[in-house]
Amino acid sequence: MGEHPDSHRRSFLLGAIYGFWGLIAAALGVPAAAYLLLPPRTRKEAEWVEAGELRRLETGVPAQWVFRRNRVDGWKLTSEKASAWMLKLAPDKIIAFAPQCTHLGCAYRWEEQKQQFVCPCHSSAFSKEGQVLSGPAPRPLDRFQVRIQGDKVTLGPLEKRVEPSA
Amino acid sequence: MRRNILNWLEHRTGLETALKKFLYEEIPASAGWPQVFGSLALFLFLTQAFTGILLAFNYAPTPGDAYNSVRYIVTELTGGRLIRGLHHWGASLMIVVVALHMTQVFLYGAYKKPREATWLAGVVLLLFTLTYGLTGYLLPWDNRAYWGTVVTTGIATKTPLIGPYLSRLLGGDGAIGVVTFARFYTLHVLLLPLLTTFLIALHVYLVRKHGVAPAPGDTGTTKKFFPGQFFKDTVAIFVAFAALFVVAVFAQAPLGRLADPTDTTLVPRPEWYFLFLFQILKVFEGPLEVVGSTLLPLLAILALISVPFVDRGRLRRLRDRTAAFGVVALALVGWTGLTLTALVSSPTGSPAAEGEISAPGAWPQLSPEELAGVGYFRQEACASCHNLGPGPAKIGPNLGAAAIRKSAAWMIDHFKRPSQMVPGSAMPAIQLNDSQLNALAAFLLKLTPQNARELEAAPAFAVDGALLYQTNRCGVCHTVNGVGMRVGPVLNGLAQRRSREWVEKHFLDPQAVSPGSIMPPYKFTPREMGQIVSYLLALP
Repeated sequence: MGEHPDSHRRSFLLGAIYGFWGLIAAALGVPAAAYLLLPPRTRKEAEWVEAGELRRLETGVPAQWVFRRNRVDGWKLTSEKASAWMLKLAPDKIIAFAPQCTHLGCAYRWEEQKQQFVCPCHSSAFSKEGQVLSGPAPRPLDRFQVRIQGDKVTLGPLEKRVEPSA
Repeated sequence: MRRNILNWLEHRTGLETALKKFLYEEIPASAGWPQVFGSLALFLFLTQAFTGILLAFNYAPTPGDAYNSVRYIVTELTGGRLIRGLHHWGASLMIVVVALHMTQVFLYGAYKKPREATWLAGVVLLLFTLTYGLTGYLLPWDNRAYWGTVVTTGIATKTPLIGPYLSRLLGGDGAIGVVTFARFYTLHVLLLPLLTTFLIALHVYLVRKHGVAPAPGDTGTTKKFFPGQFFKDTVAIFVAFAALFVVAVFAQAPLGRLADPTDTTLVPRPEWYFLFLFQILKVFEGPLEVVGSTLLPLLAILALISVPFVDRGRLRRLRDRTAAFGVVALALVGWTGLTLTALVSSPTGSPAAEGEISAPGAWPQLSPEELAGVGYFRQEACASCHNLGPGPAKIGPNLGAAAIRKSAAWMIDHFKRPSQMVPGSAMPAIQLNDSQLNALAAFLLKLTPQNARELEAAPAFAVDGALLYQTNRCGVCHTVNGVGMRVGPVLNGLAQRRSREWVEKHFLDPQAVSPGSIMPPYKFTPREMGQIVSYLLALP
């Protein structure tokens, strides 16, 4: 059967058909996958934003600061309210926590009596320095990069996460 | 295992039998390369659907947002430019292929009894294809799209009898806006695809029902569709797709500036396949306009519809169909002539509006107000969305481009309420007071493509100095670069007259160094003092 000239022709045609359609599928499929799955090209300059004045902070007392920030949201630039939990450890040492719980992103709050940050969603609790005390939170609170210029406190992007050594 | 699954599928759905029936359909032995265009058109339709859906995943179908999202697709997303290119150029290729398909069917007389309905479905599909082009043209919401659609809806409005209704149906009652946009979008992605899918199914069903039309002079022998003809279709599809892919990679699909209803520099031109209509319109003027805009296109459509009913003779050999060849040649000559005439009469390149723009050179030539504008430009981080010169595309327009010419009043209104002046603008309002906005506008007015880079790079001390000069209203008494009052001395050339120490002392206690001066003392911080004195001493 395989020696028949018609059979040769048929397998050539089938091979070509599969080959051509395979190329077309790849030429459409690969860009489509990249388009849908790869992240958008990010802007180079990290956004630093003025969050408030240093003198508003009392050493050792966490305070929530609310400020305005421009955020690139897809094809839009939105000017939106943002916040951070600020903690002054020393006159030149400030921590700025991102305001979301590291578990599922709920907004946590400071409980004065317990001296803890507590998340209302799944009861994760964090110490004043952001370490996980209890609950499902997988890592300490995220921190913004901080710059102090005179009395001005500016916040940058999130610090690189330091994986907790379990 | 594979056989088992196939058997299960076959038993439950009959898929294998159906597929075999489809592939092993008997077709005339004379069929071959000329018959590939139908499959090719179907393939291109599916590619358009595929790329169209991908685009829709990142597309916001409202004016303004539409433009920004298309920009986002082509500048920020991997493969976005390619996918938009495939969709954009694919539309043109689709028109070409549909035209070739119709020409082949026409020359072969393949529309004759009993295939009239197949031909009619095909004519409607052709009109659908053109409507896709027309409606899709608006969706990037750039200037080209906007003005092109203004003209199209204008033509629709002038249709005798039904014009006003058509206009209302297109949402173009008076102006092109959100309603027209929504209508065009719905037509393009909802209604047309539904109807097209239905008509393609009908068209293919009819082709199968009556069989592929035999070539004139066919002897009646048959062969199987698969794999011979399927292979030819595949090769044609591959060649067309490869060409489309190369074009999409190397030729950027056009995206102009955001639609601007006040722009007078743009000359609207339709896509190339509508240019012949555009040219016809120029021939018929005044009351005769309706001939070009409605009557002739309508007659052409009627002629296409009537083809199988007029030509009812027996099938004849290709070489005997001189009349058919004559019609095709005539149509081709007419179409080409009109299109070429339209192309020749179209202005090329960007509009020449550069004559009146003065070239002020670098920053020392700017007035303090304009230079302070550079400071506000930086302070408000305008550069995160706007380029002043060449550079990677950003969300907002390039403010250094010569094409952007706005009055200061327009700009200030735009700064305060961006989306009111540019519908759909994504720009946040600028929180500056009026005199600061004036300064920003004054700076932007000085921009040209030639000086943008240099002005953007103005040194920080000068910009900060100019900001201080503005906030302390020095211009109320002094003149710099010909701007200001002459109560006090002109400050240009100060470095030749005074030392740094003298100027600093003068600021702190003017009367001490220049008795009789009416200038009040200025208590600058050391840093501010450094900035303003350096700025003043740097003045030419």
